[in-house]
Amino acid sequence: MTVYFTKDHEWIAVDGTTGTVGITDYAQEQLGDITFVELPGVGDSVNKGDAVSVVDSVKAASDVYTPVSGAVTEANAALGDAPELVNTAPEGDGWLYKLTLSDSGELDGLMDEAGYKTYVEGL
Amino acid sequence: MSETEEKFEDVIAELPLGGWHRAHGARMVPFAGYHMPIQYQGIIAEHNWTRENAGLFDVSHMGQLTVSGEGAAEALEALMPGDISALKPDRVRYSLLLAENGGILDDLMVTNAGDHYALIVNGATKWDDIGHLREFLPDEITLNHLDEQALLALQGPKAADALSRIVPGALDLGFMQGFAAKWGDVLLYITRSGYTGEDGFEISVPAEQAAMLADALVAMEEVQPIGLGARDSLRLEAGLPLYGHDITEDSDPVSADLAFAISKKRRAEGGFPGAHRILPLLANGTSSKRVGLTIDGRMAAREGAAIFAGEAQVGQVTSGGFAPSVGGPIAMGYVDAGHALSGTRLSIEVRGKMLEASVTDMPFVPHRYHRKETRK
Repeated sequence: MTVYFTKDHEWIAVDGTTGTVGITDYAQEQLGDITFVELPGVGDSVNKGDAVSVVDSVKAASDVYTPVSGAVTEANAALGDAPELVNTAPEGDGWLYKLTLSDSGELDGLMDEAGYKTYVEGL
Repeated sequence: MSETEEKFEDVIAELPLGGWHRAHGARMVPFAGYHMPIQYQGIIAEHNWTRENAGLFDVSHMGQLTVSGEGAAEALEALMPGDISALKPDRVRYSLLLAENGGILDDLMVTNAGDHYALIVNGATKWDDIGHLREFLPDEITLNHLDEQALLALQGPKAADALSRIVPGALDLGFMQGFAAKWGDVLLYITRSGYTGEDGFEISVPAEQAAMLADALVAMEEVQPIGLGARDSLRLEAGLPLYGHDITEDSDPVSADLAFAISKKRRAEGGFPGAHRILPLLANGTSSKRVGLTIDGRMAAREGAAIFAGEAQVGQVTSGGFAPSVGGPIAMGYVDAGHALSGTRLSIEVRGKMLEASVTDMPFVPHRYHRKETRK
């Protein structure tokens, strides 16, 4: 499994053609207390860069852009009652949705963990 | 991720406690032209701390003005709908700076400080307010901007205990009373007022001593510094409007549900800006009204969201968000008068979804002001 990162602070963990998407620890820290997460529907077909989810914090609502295209296979139901999982475990139990990638080539433009770390340090 | 943040002026100024906030771990954001703390530990934790203990807020971005001279009360009454001449020494009143058409230029606190009136105005509007006052106050009235003063607010059920430990006289104040106090050699002006719905104080302190006072307060176990984020969620739950959002130049005091700021005498006599428009609204009602809304579910509705009754749009949200003490999303907005009764079911459109909501009496969370006497 390989994890990739976007400049918009999403991560995607890829295993074969299955991807799990979430927001990074840096993103949750910036957003503050998360109170609601709007998730994509299972079966939705999404295109790289689409705003497919919304993370609502006490401060503001923020779009989450899907790092790759594909078909959504699962949305994290645990976030319905416990949206704060995105704060406490953004890169674990606070994942947002899973999808089947339609074009693995889209991963080429994303950063690896070291690249993302350098990127965030420069912000 | 992308975050919609407001755009601000190019030059962001530093307030007296800017360094103090950074040293206390604040995340700073530009607000009203200044670098200000949005949060320290987290908005919900800070919100809850203030409701249960005492929160220290830096509100030095607000404008502290003095108005003095023979006839100052009458001069202010020509610009505001409050009965300023009946305001006794060391008493505070909420009032409105009104435009000639009755629109609200700002909301503010007026204190009779003995030899002058002290005005606390909003940070984002203070320069316009100063211009307006300079233009419309008579020449013999003196207007001063106390830009060497900081303003701290200590809010919450333990605020009185905490503040009285260093300024004992604070305990004697009732809600909306003030006094000139001394803390060691430092001159303070303290009022029992605030913007959270809790008991609490606002403390005007010379900028040079502000950090020392903030240190003395947060050294107490019941006091923690609180950022602007929690200030907003606290005031929203308290039903208090935010200027520039819930009230603007386009709102009149009656629609804004601020008619209480128009004193009985002024209703009878008029003579304030926009009276020709506002007095008929008081008598006949308005076409829309600022109301509170409690939203089902967890998704928040924010400024600009359209409010519907069935298919018809009947209003718009002016501010809203997750309310920690309510445990869900709430909002304020204007709705057509026919839909303004408490309990009315409405829906609010957010990102293509219709959220169910109920018109709710404000405050959402009961005020806990320290009233010393029953006022009529």
